[in-house]
Formats: sequence, structure tokens, C-alpha cells
Amino acid sequence: MSLSRKDIDEIMHLLEASRFDRLSLEMDGLKLELVREGGARGRGASTSPTRAEAVPAAMPAPTPAPTAPSRREPVEGRAQAEGLVEIKSPLLGVFYRAPKPGEPPFVEVGSRVEADTVIGIIEVMKLMNSARAGVAGEVVQILGENGEMVEHGEALMLVRPD
Amino acid sequence: MGIRRILIANRGEIAVRIIRSCERLGIETVLCVSEADRHSLGARMATKAVCIGPASPAKSYLSVETVVQAAMGYGCDAIHPGYGFLSERAELASLCETEGVIFIGPTAAQIEAVGDKLRARSEAIAAEVPVVPGGPVGTPEEARRLAEEIGAPLLIKAVGGGGGRGMKLVEDLADLHATMDMASAEAGAAFGDARVYLERYVREGRHIEVQLLGDGAGRVVHLGERDCSVQRRYQKLVEETPAPRLPPATRDKLLAAAVRFAKRLHYRGAGTVEFLYDVGRDEFYFLEMNARIQVEHPVTEMVSGVDLIAEQIAIAGGEGLRLRQEEITLSGAAIECRINAEDPARDFMPSPGTVTHAEWPKGEGIRVDTHIVDGAMVPPFYDSMIAKIIAHGPDRASALQRLCNSLGMTRIEGIATNLDFQRRILADPDFAEGGIDTGFLARLLEKEPA
Repeated sequence: MSLSRKDIDEIMHLLEASRFDRLSLEMDGLKLELVREGGARGRGASTSPTRAEAVPAAMPAPTPAPTAPSRREPVEGRAQAEGLVEIKSPLLGVFYRAPKPGEPPFVEVGSRVEADTVIGIIEVMKLMNSARAGVAGEVVQILGENGEMVEHGEALMLVRPD
Repeated sequence: MGIRRILIANRGEIAVRIIRSCERLGIETVLCVSEADRHSLGARMATKAVCIGPASPAKSYLSVETVVQAAMGYGCDAIHPGYGFLSERAELASLCETEGVIFIGPTAAQIEAVGDKLRARSEAIAAEVPVVPGGPVGTPEEARRLAEEIGAPLLIKAVGGGGGRGMKLVEDLADLHATMDMASAEAGAAFGDARVYLERYVREGRHIEVQLLGDGAGRVVHLGERDCSVQRRYQKLVEETPAPRLPPATRDKLLAAAVRFAKRLHYRGAGTVEFLYDVGRDEFYFLEMNARIQVEHPVTEMVSGVDLIAEQIAIAGGEGLRLRQEEITLSGAAIECRINAEDPARDFMPSPGTVTHAEWPKGEGIRVDTHIVDGAMVPPFYDSMIAKIIAHGPDRASALQRLCNSLGMTRIEGIATNLDFQRRILADPDFAEGGIDTGFLARLLEKEPA
């Protein structure tokens, strides 16, 4: 069972028309959470009236601004200065830090990783691809935002190598 | 609702060309770049550039899913595919249709209809557009019978081929079977489709094509023809409009035939119907339809004053066809030279590298479409075309004079180019006279190699 973009749009419209602020839907291992702006707070800034936060199996939340300032330059500076290694996204897609929403992230700051440790998921058109550390060491900073678009080669995390 | 943000799934000069129209229209652009193109001119000009993959085209510019994911993820209403890469992949148009992203181009069904040569040919026949005598063949016996009907010389063409790839000439019908076996095996390996068909070979032919715009609801206009007969191994090098020395009655018939073909398909967007003009017989035959913007579209823009990219966007955005046939006026003549990063002295070997210095011509009636500035990289992974220099004038002679002058003003340092070779073509008396056939360039090279 999976939801199409059209299904989600329809659900979003239903929520908008209702007097509820939040909708949680769970079916066959798929979980969809919709939060109306001004409803439950503390989920980060939202720019559309209704914001979809879906698990990887559903749809990525649309990222509104294409002109977000690049995070790359200062990161490269820090990585170089402190001898840190960047874990780069192997693909362009939507970055997820956890296997499913509500579950703990694959890694946190302070986690130890090996080269083949899965550190996140990159979704490309509903296909889930594992992102691996590619380096052994300790995670010192997490740069990729959960549920946001990342470019091919964008730094997701900084690692202090062994 | 109009289009506000376009994802450009292409690179090089056409990416820059699309961005320029978008800037004029107040539309934001998100440009897909591979790792090799991160610092390209287009990446700097676009509202945002996003890296979609490594340099290898298969993992970046040819990845349908990545391109659509990027469009959706960065909030783009539409995708412009440019030419080449994914521009004629029905799969992209179809995924856009499913996901609610506007594809700036024809429908997936139309791409499929013109992408299969046999189907396109039967559509042409149905639209009463003349086709080259010939047809599909299965068994050797069928081939023998059809070949005798067509007569030698004839061409064996791959159903899945195009752009001059997958063709073989048979001068003597005794060689038919051997050549067919080879053509079929090659077609299977190159295109994953071993089907071939036979076609009359035209000794003295010219490549003449018609620029069209369709609204997708059955209304189609043409913007005149282009003559692209200066070709080396089926790759176009010089294009011009109008086609020199084409009898006016033949031109009218050719334009009407192209419009008929596109109308039958209810074609949507910009497209080009290509014809082979048989000089000896004063007849023309349908070759194929290209369901995209073409490299050589600027010559049409110069004589018509129409921004074809802007019209593509308007049609895709639901504004329909903004031009009526009687409103389109074509004035003067325009000629375009393709400047390639290749070395004519070394059998036109590609010459990638860094352009240390580039100076492009300026002047009345001159247009340059390029992504090459000082320090630009020409990566080895993609097409070698780095610029198009276009000249417009009140008549062909003045356009040609302006083009010759502007090639003289052009400097490209750091890599080898075909600039001098292009000057030689333009200076040739046969070319200056106009109306040369597709064998012109091969004869020129035979006389005196580059």
C-alpha cells in the first residue's frame, strides 16, 4: 500500500477544510503526519498552510525556496581547519536521518561510525538509497536537515576520523 | 496559473539560452549540473544550481528520476529539457505527467509517435506527406522484392537510429543481404532494436526542415524552413534560413506538408519536421520529426523575431498558441555556424580543456549563443559544441558577409576549434552561391583535407 502525491494532496485538503490541527495516519507500515501551521508547534518553520511530514515510503515535503544560502563554504572551512572529513550525499534527493519517523536517527553527534555504517537515507522518486559513512570515526556535526533536499556531493555530516 | 520556476535539465549553451528567456520573463530557474559543470556559466546565471550527479551523463543528465525529484524537491512548476539528453525521452514526459510537473514539450504519446521511425512514417503517409519510397523488411525475400521496386542505390536504416546513426548504403543490389545482416546486427547492439528498413537513396539531396509551434489542440503554425545541408557525417555544421534557391511553389508545399503532419498529431509545443529535398526531381520526402527545440533554432528567431523558448513556455503554461500564421513575418536571411571544440587537422578529434581566453563577435545582426567565457572548462564527457554564431541581414549575401566578418573577430584560446574550418566553408564559392547538397562538405574535404 502506498500513497500517491494526489492522495496526499487530497488528505491535505481535507485537513485544511477541517477544524483539526494535526492528522496522523498509519496503515501497513506507512505513517503520514500532517500538521497545520499554527497547530502543534516545535516542528520547525513551515511555509505552506499545511505541511506534510511523511515517512520515506510516502512523499517528500516540498522544499519551497530555491535560493537558500549554501551551507558548503563555511563547512569546508571547518572541515579543513580541524582535519574533519565530510560525509557527502551520494545522490540528489530527500535526506532522512531515521529509518522511519518516530524512530531514533541512524546516528547522532558523538556516534561512532565505520566506513559501511548507514548514516541516512536518500530518497529519489520513492526509491530509498542508503547513505554510508565511507569513513571510520566520530560524528561531530550533522549538516543535512531531515526531510530536506540535498544535492549530489552535499556534505551531510562531519566526522573526526580515527 | 503561469509557470514561475523552471528546472532546466540540460547544460552548455542551451542552458544559458533558456535562462536568458526566463530572466526576461521573470521566471526563476533551477539548473541541474553534473560535478563537471558546477562552475559553468549557466550555474552562475541560474537562480539556483543543483548538482544532480557525477560527470558521467548516464548518472546525471540522463537520470529521469533524479531530474523529476529535483524539480519536485525545489518547487519547480515545470521542466525544460533543452535538446539532446532527456528531451525526447517519453519516459520523462510521462513521469512529469504522473507527478503533476509540467513538461515543456510535447506529450509522452507524441514523443513516442514520432520517435519510432516506422510509426512516424505511417503517420506521414496518413497525413498525405510524401515519404521516401521504401519500407520495413522482415525476411530476405521481402527485402529482395522491395529493393527491386526501389532500385539501387538504396539505404538500410535502423528503426531505432537517428541523427545519421545506423545507416548503410547499398550501391549494388548484389550486396543487399550481406549489408542488411551487418546493419541489423549493428542496430541491435547500438539501439537495442535490430529492426531495419529500406529507403531510396537520393544522390543529390538537401536537408530542409520546418519549424513548427502547436497548441496541442490541433492548431499549428510554421515559422519558415531551415536549410541544414552542410553536414559532416550527418552532423550539421551550418544552418540557414530561408533555404537558398528553393522554388517558391516547392517551399509552399513543404511548409504545408509539415503543418499537416503536426496537426494530425495535435502536436503541442515546438517541433521540427525534417525533409530530404531531392534536387534532381524537385520533390521532397518526410524524414522525421524532432519533438524538441533544435540547436539551430536561432536562425528562425532572427528572421521572425519570435523567441521560440518563450513560446514553448507559454504553450506549456496553458497560454496556448499566441501567434497566428498571418502574424508571423519572416524578414531577410540568417546563417548559423556551430563552433565545436574539435581539431579538424586531427580528423575532428574532440579537444576538451580550459578555454584560457574567448572573444566573441559583436555587431549589427550578430548573435552568439555560448556558455564559454575566459577560464571555462570544456569537459570531455559531453558534446563538443561550444558556441553558435548567427548572422542576420536583409538578404543572404549580407548575412554571409556579416558572418564571415564575425568569425574573423572571434578568438578562442586554450583548445582547438573548427573556427578556421568554418571560415573555409563560408568562403567556398559553391556555398556562397547557395543551395549546396548534403554531399558538399565531403567533397570539400576530399579536395583539400582540413
